[in-house]
Amino acid sequence: MSRQPYVRPFSKTTWYMRNGRYKVYMLREMTCLLVGFYAFLTIFALAALAAGADQWNNFLASQQNTAMIAFHAFALLYFLFYQTFAWFKLAPKAMPLQLGEKILPGSIIVIGHYVAWAVLSAVIFWLAGVI
Amino acid sequence: MAIAKKSVVWVLFAAGGTISSFLFPALITLFLLIALGFTPDGLQYEQFHTFAASLLGKACLFVVLFLSLWHAAHRLRVVFHDFGVRKDRLIANAVYLVATVGTVMTAFYLYMI
Repeated sequence: MSRQPYVRPFSKTTWYMRNGRYKVYMLREMTCLLVGFYAFLTIFALAALAAGADQWNNFLASQQNTAMIAFHAFALLYFLFYQTFAWFKLAPKAMPLQLGEKILPGSIIVIGHYVAWAVLSAVIFWLAGVI
Repeated sequence: MAIAKKSVVWVLFAAGGTISSFLFPALITLFLLIALGFTPDGLQYEQFHTFAASLLGKACLFVVLFLSLWHAAHRLRVVFHDFGVRKDRLIANAVYLVATVGTVMTAFYLYMI
């Protein structure tokens, strides 16, 4: 008589659908597609910038359409919730700070991240001439 | 050696994740403004070219793009695994190759500006 050990049924391709936390994890990891997309979009912008004023203005014109407006708006919201805020939330767990005997409360680290984010965003908008 | 390689990839992933978390919302907003037809003054040719031609501008753009590319590449490698693709060697070579190409393109175009 052979023993038949119990093997938990497990799908390699749809395992994350069983649990809300797993779904959030997958949504969070998928932000890498947006990071890659915007990195390459910026690289193409630099290519146009290097090619001269006409190419730069052509690039700007090529970006002005409804599809890009919709995509950027969606990407901004998705990125904020699943990358930026998620990363800040995990920061105290990934990098706990100890000062002498005390461990800095996680909330301080998270607030610090939000303040730094506000300052850095303001610097970028100031450099770009938005504010 | 395996551990040493892993730590390099991890540092690039963590640094890129941090830098993209902080800066990409503003970057996406700038692209949104461009798409809406409200290109800010700092992104008109003369001004943006001056920024990107400066040493500080080049350094900032290179560091942000380089780290973001490697962050995205490493995370995408894990995403493939999570979706059930069990060809890690192939996936790893592919995503890190794309990140390398992007890094070289960044360096080249910044050099040309």
